Amino acid sequence: MRSTKLPLLILLGLLVLCFGLAAWLDLWFQTWQGNRTQSAHVLSVLMGDSRRMFANHFFVKADAYFHSGFYPTVFDNREAFRTPHMAEDSGTVGGRNQGDEKGFLGKPRDWIDAFSRQFFPARHTHLDEGGASGDLGDSSQVREIMPWLRLSAELNPNDIRTYTVAAYWLRERMGKVAEAEQFLREGLRENPDSYEIMYELGRVYSENRNDQARARNLWEAALRQWQRQEAPKSDPDKFLFIQIASHLALFEEKQGHYPQALAYMELWKARSPGPDAVQKFIDDIRHKMASPAPAPAAPPLQPPGQAP
Amino acid sequence: MNNILAVASVVIKELYRRKDFYVLYILTVLICLIMASVNLFHDVHIVRYLKEICLLFIWICSLIIAITTAARQIPSERENRTLFPLLAKPLSRTQLLLGKFLGCWLACGLALICFYLFFGALAASREHHWPLLNYLQAGLLHWVMLAVVIAFTLLGSLVFAAPSSNATISFVFVAFILVLGRHLNKVALQLPEPRRSILYGLYYCIPHLELFDVRDLIIHNWPPVAWPVCGVAALYALAYASALLIGAYLVFRRKAIN
Repeated sequence: MRSTKLPLLILLGLLVLCFGLAAWLDLWFQTWQGNRTQSAHVLSVLMGDSRRMFANHFFVKADAYFHSGFYPTVFDNREAFRTPHMAEDSGTVGGRNQGDEKGFLGKPRDWIDAFSRQFFPARHTHLDEGGASGDLGDSSQVREIMPWLRLSAELNPNDIRTYTVAAYWLRERMGKVAEAEQFLREGLRENPDSYEIMYELGRVYSENRNDQARARNLWEAALRQWQRQEAPKSDPDKFLFIQIASHLALFEEKQGHYPQALAYMELWKARSPGPDAVQKFIDDIRHKMASPAPAPAAPPLQPPGQAP
Repeated sequence: MNNILAVASVVIKELYRRKDFYVLYILTVLICLIMASVNLFHDVHIVRYLKEICLLFIWICSLIIAITTAARQIPSERENRTLFPLLAKPLSRTQLLLGKFLGCWLACGLALICFYLFFGALAASREHHWPLLNYLQAGLLHWVMLAVVIAFTLLGSLVFAAPSSNATISFVFVAFILVLGRHLNKVALQLPEPRRSILYGLYYCIPHLELFDVRDLIIHNWPPVAWPVCGVAALYALAYASALLIGAYLVFRRKAIN
């Protein structure tokens, strides 16, 4: 009978080696920057940074839901969908769309093409206008885009438009102001310098919480961040700048702080595509400043996207 | 006809004796229930993502059941040497082939009933309405589509050497049609001749299984497709299934059993 001492000793030696190696590696692993176990997100642990690749896919999927499935594929003409409509309609991003959004399919190319159009959505609708049902009174269906926006934010927490677009629809059409604010704050934690999120958070305070002082603080912070990040660029984000400056100008005018309002309007005018319209606002304020009579109530803040 | 039904009943019994269906069904139910438990901005009425995930799993599971069941029918009869006694009885090769096809198709139909019942219950739990007609239409179109898949796989089981290679090729073929079938004509139009004609020819030849995929209509609560249009689609699928079965018969007729 062969002795079992040697295999046992080898086994014991291997176990000691494994234990020592594990103890040594664990120390190294805990300090390693690529360690994902600290993350609270399952997707982050499973996929690492590769998850960011899929974030845009789900953002676009949310827009496909916004259209109740009527959406161009990579094989179709996407000129009218370069900026997702749910983002454009929220007024949080500038639009770059051209062409016919209803006719991207074109004329049927053959009988199979014509026949197949009976089996998938072939009519342009928006969920906030009732979607497939066409019930204009039911805009709450827009909630159906939320799962994909949430997933997109989980996959890429640095994609700012996800937070601003979701927050807009949450507070405007779903009446979920607290959830919108919480989601924007999540975004701000991930992107502390984002002027877009600060601006949108200001809108929450101004339009939903009626906390004008906090809204002004946020918009001022947004303006500072914009000037720090975008002003040096050759092609800065003018759309958001005009939104921030116009909201600040109208807010100061409403408060009766005409010099500050004028200063913001000058900034607004300098980058506005319609400076003549802004000049009219400036002339009005100068007239009010010159007039000894008390200033009448200022017009309400303009909705975004309509600033000249 | 009795012989065909007898063979078909054996195939159906095989489906519920094997574990494949139960595993796929429980997996679908579990994943859907987990996805349903996700809290999305405290809104309990969000349902379309759930419908999409559930329908995606139903489609994947039905294709797995259809292809794996059809792919092993004739090869397993040959391997187990039960093909000889089967054909020794008053049962022709045509009847055997038709029985196998009918059995697989009916078995898939039974599986689809279970899947769509779960889907309907899941959707109704959030939407609080049950568009039965839409679900019935989606299920029927799905089932008719599976007839083509089963016929193709049965033909493959007579052409390819092993069930595994047949199943793999069938999966790739079906996935290719479902993903790209609708767009082949657009790609073809951008190509120079003669590639354009070849691709357009392929576009006309392949069975357009994507026609039967009305998931987007179900998910987004669009009205059902007109029934006469569904009827034409069903005839289209049955024509392809018949052609593939005739092809399978021609191959099987000349094939050595041993």
